[in-house]
Amino acid sequence: MSFVTVTDVFQSYGARPIIERVNVTVDEGEFISIVGASGCGKSTFLRLLLAQEIPTRGSVSIAGAPPATEPGLDRGVVFQRYSVFPHMTVRDNIVAGESLRRGWGRFFGAGAKAARARADDTLARCGLDHVADQYPATLSGGMQQRLAIGQALAARPRVLLLDEPFGALDPGTRLSMHDFLTELRAETSMTVFMVTHDLHEAFKLGDRVLVFDKPRWDPHDPNAYGATITYDFDARNGGIPFQSLKENTHVLQAN
Amino acid sequence: MRLINLKPGRPFAVFLMLLPFALVFLAYAIGSDIRLSANPQDKLLPAPSKVWETMVRLVSEGDRRTGRILFWHDTWASLKRLGLGIAISASVGLVAGLLIGLLPLVRSFLAQFVAVLSMIPPLALLPILFIVFGLGELSKVVLIVVGTLPFLIRDLSQRVIELPDELLVKAQTLGASSWVIAIRVALPQIMPRLIQSVRLSLGPAWLFLIAAEAIASDLGLGYRIFLVRRYLAMDVIFTYVIWITILAFLIDWSLRAASRKFYPWAQEGL
Ligand SMILES: Nc1ncnc2c1ncn2[C@@H]1O[C@H](COP(=O)(O)OP(=O)(O)OP(=O)(O)O)[C@@H](O)[C@H]1O
Ligand SMILES: [Mg+2]
Repeated sequence: MSFVTVTDVFQSYGARPIIERVNVTVDEGEFISIVGASGCGKSTFLRLLLAQEIPTRGSVSIAGAPPATEPGLDRGVVFQRYSVFPHMTVRDNIVAGESLRRGWGRFFGAGAKAARARADDTLARCGLDHVADQYPATLSGGMQQRLAIGQALAARPRVLLLDEPFGALDPGTRLSMHDFLTELRAETSMTVFMVTHDLHEAFKLGDRVLVFDKPRWDPHDPNAYGATITYDFDARNGGIPFQSLKENTHVLQAN
Repeated sequence: MRLINLKPGRPFAVFLMLLPFALVFLAYAIGSDIRLSANPQDKLLPAPSKVWETMVRLVSEGDRRTGRILFWHDTWASLKRLGLGIAISASVGLVAGLLIGLLPLVRSFLAQFVAVLSMIPPLALLPILFIVFGLGELSKVVLIVVGTLPFLIRDLSQRVIELPDELLVKAQTLGASSWVIAIRVALPQIMPRLIQSVRLSLGPAWLFLIAAEAIASDLGLGYRIFLVRRYLAMDVIFTYVIWITILAFLIDWSLRAASRKFYPWAQEGL
């Protein structure tokens, strides 16, 4: 029984189709990397998964529930920018992951204290405990993205959507973010969708790599057709399936 | 070196800052001296020493009949009207701005209406306000509210609309209701903006206050200026004008300081 089911999804803005005939099923706990040319609709696909937008046709269903009509607690998201609240300190941003669902959006009394303690644990895990009382604007890009991921995870979503989360980071910081994400995933067994422009990153982190592209192309009107999933790679074992059955490969060992 | 790269050092910057004030004072002193040497009875440009004496007298000596120091009573009366008007404007503007900015339903309902309302020149409504609310305090406060509220609503709702969509979506994925998004995400983020808009509104607010006081009042800074105009008491007028300027400057400065203190995360040059 698949966990995320995308059935025959079309999305157009005005008369312009962006994505068309997207069908995909994903099991719980899978890590899906999404790659494709700029502007082909990867972010649009994530917005549909998030229920930030409703597809013009087709449906997205998670855990067998009816298609959602607005974003909710079951789907967490980390955008490339603007993912944390600038007016809250780093610690409060993590606390917000648990407290915004409450009536007044905050904890009171003993609850607040316990939530702060939990937040401090999370911050220690993210390597952000030394900046807990600062505002996000004073943090580097990598630290802000770690905070955003920590905040999204504090809400315990079943599906995590990442839109080029490491796009603006230097290669070194990227690598440590990969380790961070891999570690977190090992504990939570969430389903993850990650959009990236970095093929190496896509294959390293993903269990599957989906490629978005336009299957049909009208040279007179490049906008006439939308993109769809043209490839669906098995990315386990460094993108070389079935190798683990026999013996360790010596191909691609540089990675 | 290019002119755009030429920056004054600290002492020179202070000197440059004070220079225009000194120049204006000097020009006035010279002009006053020329006129007074031609005609010692001249009332248009009283000597700086005379203005100073008047100032001291106004702030320290009571009225002959009642013993009240009118200067402070005028100040208090005006500040009360101004403070009340601005406070009402700011609170209504904040709530309306949040509602219009966050809720598409309210936006469709009110945004255009407010845009049209803001085109009405408030002073043209003053006679109506006097007729409806009488000549007392209420009509003056209402004039300030009418004069500043539409701008505040438009400005604040625009700021709410400009909040990055990502933040609102993010809050929803953390389970926030519309109410929680309003009080925990949107409200704190537009508070510094509210302070800034209030600072911008203070100019018009003073204008409306003085206009209303000039026309119908028996106390207040604007009332006094227009009263003594009949006697060509330039020294009194100058005192009041300088005092109003100082008050306006102090209010502006303290609002800015408050914004910096309470909203340190909003560091863009407030
Ligand atoms: N709200 C919208 N209204 C109209 N057009 C839109 C809207 N959002 C996106 N588009 C268009 O849809 C196309 C796909 O956008 P999208 O952001 O999904 O691309 P992407 O694959 O994420 O690109 P990138 O790799 O650059 O992030 C773009 O050409 C964009 O102009
Ligand atoms: Mg994108």
